[in-house]
Amino acid sequence: MDTQTLIYLFVGLSFALYIGIAIWSRAGSTSEFYVAGGGVNPVVNGMATAADWMSAASFISMAGLIAFLGYDGSVYLMGWTGGYVMLALLLAPYLRKFGEFTVPDFIGTRYYSKAARVVAVICLIFISFTYIAGQMRGVGIVFSRFLDVPITMGVIIGMGIVFVYAVLGGMKGITYTQVAQYCVLIFAYMVPAFFLSFMITGNPIPQLGLGSQVSDGSGLYVLEKLNLVLLDLGFSEYTDGSKSMIDVFCITLALMVGTAGLPHVIVRFFTVPKASDARKSAGWALIFIALLYTTAPAVGAFARINFIDSVNETEYSQAPEWFTNWEANDLIAWTDKNGDGVMQYRAGDAFEGAPVFADEAGASGERVVTNQRTTTSENEVYVDRDIMVLANPEIGNLPGWVIALVAAGGLAAALSTAAGLLLVISSSVSHDLLKSTFKPDISEKGELRAARLAATAAIVVAGYLGIYPPGWVAQVVAFAFGLAAASLFPAIFMGIFSKRMNKEGAIAGMVAGLGFTFLYIAYFKLWEPGANSADNWLLGISPEGIGVIGMLLNFAVAIAVARATSKPPAEIDALVENIRVPRGAEAPHMH
Amino acid sequence: MADEQSTDHTNSTAKSDYWRANIRLLLTLMAIWFAVSFGAGILLRDWLDQFSLGGYPLGFWFAQQGSIYVFIALIFFYNWRIHKIEQRYDLDDDDEGDS
Repeated sequence: MDTQTLIYLFVGLSFALYIGIAIWSRAGSTSEFYVAGGGVNPVVNGMATAADWMSAASFISMAGLIAFLGYDGSVYLMGWTGGYVMLALLLAPYLRKFGEFTVPDFIGTRYYSKAARVVAVICLIFISFTYIAGQMRGVGIVFSRFLDVPITMGVIIGMGIVFVYAVLGGMKGITYTQVAQYCVLIFAYMVPAFFLSFMITGNPIPQLGLGSQVSDGSGLYVLEKLNLVLLDLGFSEYTDGSKSMIDVFCITLALMVGTAGLPHVIVRFFTVPKASDARKSAGWALIFIALLYTTAPAVGAFARINFIDSVNETEYSQAPEWFTNWEANDLIAWTDKNGDGVMQYRAGDAFEGAPVFADEAGASGERVVTNQRTTTSENEVYVDRDIMVLANPEIGNLPGWVIALVAAGGLAAALSTAAGLLLVISSSVSHDLLKSTFKPDISEKGELRAARLAATAAIVVAGYLGIYPPGWVAQVVAFAFGLAAASLFPAIFMGIFSKRMNKEGAIAGMVAGLGFTFLYIAYFKLWEPGANSADNWLLGISPEGIGVIGMLLNFAVAIAVARATSKPPAEIDALVENIRVPRGAEAPHMH
Repeated sequence: MADEQSTDHTNSTAKSDYWRANIRLLLTLMAIWFAVSFGAGILLRDWLDQFSLGGYPLGFWFAQQGSIYVFIALIFFYNWRIHKIEQRYDLDDDDEGDS
């Protein structure tokens, strides 16, 4: 069978599996729709959490980012795993003991205020939509490259699949589909990694391979070789970053705290039977996540070596097939600056901005790029970092079924995260806005119908964002973390660990944190993109890391305001006492 | 801190003792969490890079591998330890839920 047939087969089979599971695990009540009835085994929930968590960004983009960032890529590795320690130790068991459906539920009840609940809903919707737009771009990339359908068609197919299992199955359907999706995506990630590690170092375990010698007889370690090659081409060393220490520190912390404050992750811990299971579940989730996250740096380094080996100083007419395939998808470009027909890959940009292709072929048959060439760099090759994981099996000449597997894995990663996000958006609309705020007399059936309607509407909006991505969307995905770190995390944390925190403090803190972080990011990314450089940043902290300052501001404002206003009522004191001990958790219930 | 809700005095002392023990444990573990990631992986990375672990410079290893392994160990250690503390104060949830 040729590769294309295999891709259709693998993707088709995985989709059939997801829909089958969705029909089998259809949700019948709001409790099943929101939190799968609160009866999910902690290991199963850990696996579903891992799939929910590992998005198109983790699966498709992260290894590519690390390949080109080297040491600086560590911010994603530590940031997107360290947050689980905070979740397991500081938030998850207490929120499960509290025993409700959503994050705004906790904030609204703990701070005895509808206003606090509505502020939390606004933060949540803001964060989730920022995040979901990125997933749809991932779906679009995979479809257009591997299934040869236009991006629009790809997004519509993806939305249709998510519609079936998120709208019908709710959290129950999503949980069991995500278990299947985790298996597909981790298998798809590990198989090419084993192959690549074995080819380059002779050791099939990628975590060990990255610390081994290259098996080309030079006796150099992988990282030594990479450092030498990169220095030679004018890059900085792979094991040395170019970001400042304070920036690396702040981005890592913002990602960690943001992870612990992301509503679609927190809500997963409402689905297990009791408080101690929430802790266990977070541990299992991190094991399942770490499998991919400790492999990604190895995949990134191997990809960089392979990429340089097969592209640099190669004649374009001899270029490997994957190179021209991705060129046809606009994600790779080559501009022959010195007219020798050979591709020179060096540090620096080949030309300004993303490639704009003219409708003609150049002297060597390449697609002509109309962008202004840069004169400061000899580099002739443009490569979009997002392609590295998807192109890896082709770059490494792996068999067709591995390529098909990676396509199915990328889709599993994007769809599982999109579904989880859609669910928290729909439950915050039907449960927090309708049931708890504006229409408390709604029946259980009516609420379930509203939840499904809201999920449908959210899918349509997400699909629209995927088909017509506004330029800023892809750029701000990473900022969802900063916003979560600056708004939701401090409110939840203080709600558990401080009895003195009251509604005035919490609301003022969330508004200050979200407002400051949003304005800082918007200033550098939307209004004055030209000013986005280290000289203009506050304390040298980039917009990616500014969530840390937003978080500190949230804490400071909340504590100051709480001191100046009255103590929370006695029943809140009792509520906090109660969530602090594990005994006595009930199944999530309606009030 | 007021214990106004609990009529059973011993139970409320148990609860506040349990909470203090929990906070002590959390402070220790979060200190380790900080030390392996922000300490070894970022602040002390340059200094640690003079040592190596196989082909990994040590600071680089902590940043891209080691800190993640320690994170997992921290969560499982906490689960084991806090469960012991809960049992000591008779506040565990072993007999609840259906898993």
